[in-house]
Amino acid sequence: MAIEVRIPTILRTYTGGEKAVTGDGATLAAVLQDLDSRHPGLRDRIVDEKGLRRFVNVYVNDEDVRFIGGLDTGLKDGDTVTVLPAVAGGARSGRARGGRDVGTAGG
Amino acid sequence: MLVIDQGTYDAIVAHARRDHPDEACGVVAGPAGSDRPERFIPMVNAARSPTFYEFDSADLLALYRDMDARDEEPVIVYHSHTATEAYPSRTDISYASEPGAHYVLVSTREPDTVEFRSFRIVDSIVTEEEVRVVATLHQS
Repeated sequence: MAIEVRIPTILRTYTGGEKAVTGDGATLAAVLQDLDSRHPGLRDRIVDEKGLRRFVNVYVNDEDVRFIGGLDTGLKDGDTVTVLPAVAGGARSGRARGGRDVGTAGG
Repeated sequence: MLVIDQGTYDAIVAHARRDHPDEACGVVAGPAGSDRPERFIPMVNAARSPTFYEFDSADLLALYRDMDARDEEPVIVYHSHTATEAYPSRTDISYASEPGAHYVLVSTREPDTVEFRSFRIVDSIVTEEEVRVVATLHQS
């Protein structure tokens, strides 16, 4: 099963500069695991022990996987996975009010 | 150094003023590898917050697909700070993920004074750079 995975600029160091690579697997988790066998370290930039990293958005076709099953999202032949870093920031530093926490790197 | 034309500079400042007191955000795209900020793309701040900005997830995908189809890249990623200086916050640094982009910060804390500064943010290292405003971007 061939799944095209589109890689953002900042992660192309793991793919030899390639904008897209092909993975195999029935779920997003399986495809990321498969990719990691050929592109070591790539998976760790997308997921951590808790699941998808907060600074990264992953889409299957047009859908943000956060809304359709996360790492368990099922894939079929011909699907496209797109990985994009979130574009976010702001004057607020550290932990936000209202439960949304941001900026772990800075605290 | 960031070289930007007056019209795009003014458009960024106007967007920041318009969305004040919330933070404004957007991109100026240009041909890949050109370092020429040519296409001004204001984005919606999905957080609608005076202290945080975030591109909507679906908007982000549409933006990158569009740039990809045009063989463009984000030459400038801009946003405003509405009560503090135009300098990257720790949050800005932790999210910065376009090492090739100019990160433009505009502060709207003073109604009559424009603060417009540009930075590179690579591996969490912030480097301020000169901003040169030109009438038009010359073909090179």
